[in-house]
Amino acid sequence: MEKKSFFRSESFRSVLASLISIVIGMAVGALIICAVGMTDPSLGASSVGEGIKLVFGGLFSTGRNAQGVLTWGFNSTNIGNMLFRATPLIMTGLSVATAYKTGLFNIGAPGQYLMGTMASLMIALSIPSDKVPPVLIWIIAFAGGTLAGAAWGMISGAMKAFLNINEVIACIMTNWIAANLVTFFFDISNFKNVVENTKSGYIYKTTYNGVATAKLGLDKIFSGSQVNGGIIIAIIIAAGVYILMEKTTLGFQLKACGSNRHAARYAGIKDKRNIVLSMGIAGGLSAAGASLYYLAGNTEFFWSTYQSLPAIGFNGIPVALLALCNPIGVIFAAFFMSMLDICGLQLSNLTAYNEYITNVIIAVIVYLSAFSLFISMLLGKIGKKPETVNANEEKPVINDKTTVAEDAAGKGGNE
Amino acid sequence: MENKQDYVIEMLHITKEFPGIIANDDITLQLRRGEIHALLGENGAGKSTLMSVLFGLYKPEKGEIRKNGEKVTINDPNDATRLGIGMVHQHFKLVEVFTVLENIILGAETTKLGFLQKKEARKKVEELSKKYGLSVDLDAKVEDITVGMQQRVEILKMLYRDNEILIFDEPTAVLTPQEIDELMAVMKNLVAEGKSILFISHKLNEIMQVSDRVTVLRKGKYIDTINTADTTKEELSSMMVGRPVQLVVDKYEAKPGEVVLKVESVCIRSHIHNRDAVHNVSFEVRAGEIVCLAGIDGNGQTEFIYGLSGLDKVSSGKITLCGRDITHAAIADRGHDMSHIPEDRHKHGLVLDFSLEDNMVIQRFNEPMFQHHGFIDKKQVRNYAERLIEQFDVRSGQGPVTITRSMSGGNQQKAIIAREIDRDKALIVAVQPTRGLDVGAIEYIHSQLVAERDRGKAVLLVSLELDEVMGLSDRILVMHNGEIAGEFDPKKTTVEELGLYMAGAKHKKEAE
Repeated sequence: MEKKSFFRSESFRSVLASLISIVIGMAVGALIICAVGMTDPSLGASSVGEGIKLVFGGLFSTGRNAQGVLTWGFNSTNIGNMLFRATPLIMTGLSVATAYKTGLFNIGAPGQYLMGTMASLMIALSIPSDKVPPVLIWIIAFAGGTLAGAAWGMISGAMKAFLNINEVIACIMTNWIAANLVTFFFDISNFKNVVENTKSGYIYKTTYNGVATAKLGLDKIFSGSQVNGGIIIAIIIAAGVYILMEKTTLGFQLKACGSNRHAARYAGIKDKRNIVLSMGIAGGLSAAGASLYYLAGNTEFFWSTYQSLPAIGFNGIPVALLALCNPIGVIFAAFFMSMLDICGLQLSNLTAYNEYITNVIIAVIVYLSAFSLFISMLLGKIGKKPETVNANEEKPVINDKTTVAEDAAGKGGNE
Repeated sequence: MENKQDYVIEMLHITKEFPGIIANDDITLQLRRGEIHALLGENGAGKSTLMSVLFGLYKPEKGEIRKNGEKVTINDPNDATRLGIGMVHQHFKLVEVFTVLENIILGAETTKLGFLQKKEARKKVEELSKKYGLSVDLDAKVEDITVGMQQRVEILKMLYRDNEILIFDEPTAVLTPQEIDELMAVMKNLVAEGKSILFISHKLNEIMQVSDRVTVLRKGKYIDTINTADTTKEELSSMMVGRPVQLVVDKYEAKPGEVVLKVESVCIRSHIHNRDAVHNVSFEVRAGEIVCLAGIDGNGQTEFIYGLSGLDKVSSGKITLCGRDITHAAIADRGHDMSHIPEDRHKHGLVLDFSLEDNMVIQRFNEPMFQHHGFIDKKQVRNYAERLIEQFDVRSGQGPVTITRSMSGGNQQKAIIAREIDRDKALIVAVQPTRGLDVGAIEYIHSQLVAERDRGKAVLLVSLELDEVMGLSDRILVMHNGEIAGEFDPKKTTVEELGLYMAGAKHKKEAE
């Protein structure tokens, strides 16, 4: 295709729609900062400016100087931590995106994430590191966690494929079953941290057994941060998912089942197997995110989780939506989401605002990304008028109508 | 000279352009009060675009619309509805899980204090249904009723809204001969009551039978408007296609060879009622012959095809294909010797959101030609799709990368036919292969099927259209109520005789 047509293409409009969601979300965040700042006597007008600056650029904030003025620059800790936090988000985002591309809504990411957490922690802590090299333990734990999540995802997939139970219901059920199972198994295990028991209810960090993700030199670049090689693994996996979905016969089958299960079945594709497989892949991706997070060595798991599901699992949904379910887009969407996290921390560290403002921004973006189809339609309409953005294009933007569809009349009628 | 007031709707000098194509080029259509006006043209001739303009879905670049001689602007379908324009779409717009009654009143509900007044609505619908002979089961869910009844629901929807200008978009495509006759009677009834009908079709028989005047479009251009009484089928078809068209299938005597498909006492359970949908069906199809399963829609043909293709289970009996028992084989396994043009091209034939090239290889992507070690060879796929597109003249906006949803119905069907014929299997199952297509496309598909037969393929045709059944097949099996009611030689039988067996008035058991 010629280059020019990109700006008139569906995908460009979709990307633009996502960006607009982000901008509106940030704008709403700024408004809230204004409103809170003006009404709260402890904040005041001067802090409004600082708040807005931090929400947008907190990643590059380096604190305050002696005069109490905000200073800016390359902050290796912030950026490193952003990458670290993005790692599991990329994975859960991929999980939701992959399922979505195959016609399934994977709201089971938290449960799969928990199963992955449990399996990889138990493996990493139970294989003696004086007999087995830690690198090997890491690999086994990562693989074990991923497989556990995949198996867990397949349960919901099988319920959908064979019993025709809506995957959303199956996923929600399995989420809570996972939460209770994980609590139960850690409760009867001897992995509960009794050494660093200043805080109770935590499992040993994997470093206790000498297992931790290799830093791959990233700690040198981003000194003072928690970053490790996990982010590179996540990016490689994202690229792998892209290749799987776009280039392989398996991806073709999965997408065909997702788009039109009847036609796929009719063409001889095993639809049931593919639904199970697709949830298995989604589950494996979520769980791999958990493995990458908890095998980092510096993270600890609060084992009594039966009353709550990990937010990172659910956050895969906005990441996937924002990325329009494109695996490469997921990387950037996850970066963006974890950047907002860091900005929130900076905001609460450096001003009297609390970090929840960034949660509001995320919430607005999530709502808007659900509307992204609508926004993209609006963009299509704007594009039609010659005096707007596409003014220098010779022809109006009507992507889906370049051929005169015989069904066109079908859109209206007397209903 | 006619008085302006004679026209209830006029579309004058309508021009509508899309990038790269002029869909309507200076088209004028004038509908008289109380007439049945046929709009004739091939797929892509601009009929649907013109109707979309009338419904306010598209804004024409030039031209104006008048109602009763006064200029009106129609910006959206609501405006059209207010002007009393109603349409029965080719693809029905019904809510499947709602009942018939709910569908009819949907959007025009009578309410009292916010509560639905179904009783009044029911009374009105029942009256309309009696008055025009449109029998429907008001409490059945739309997903459970036949296509023919769904169409009657669509007609009742328009009548319920007291529309006075009724547009029928390819209404007979889905009906049996008897139902078509009924519809024709209904249409005449409607105009007698003062309604005006715009009848979009490319079926010349029906146009000749029912319409008063015909407007012909070709490739977006207005050709002519003529009185039906002053023309012939041959003249109309050459006006529509731009060249003389062969209306009768030209074929030699069949030379049946080996038995390819053998069906023995097959029963298939129904999903709707407790009886068998297909009961004790046995027949053979040989290489080099076209065998047609004829019958009224809903007499077990669809279920039989589901059983044959593996979409549904065969409860008893045996199906042998090329000497292999496939009664319980997997779908992909059956595909080794059978290609299949499905009845519902949107549900089974195509993944509408996939590109044309992806749809072309949807059964074959696993063959070594299109993949290496699990990676799809996009180049091969593209070459293959381009070859089929060229060979079978599949027209689309952007060639192989066109999303099939945006293609016209005729070209979607051509794409499926290209794919299935090119798979080169011993048996071709074609279920209503020409449903909703125009004369040019039908001629093409018929000639393709005959050519495949002459190449030694066995063809099993399922059709509801008696013209097609009589013209194309070498043997006719009539299905009634899930059973084979009789077998006929098309040269020795008549449409009337077939009709009797189709309706169940006669059965081979009695004849024996």
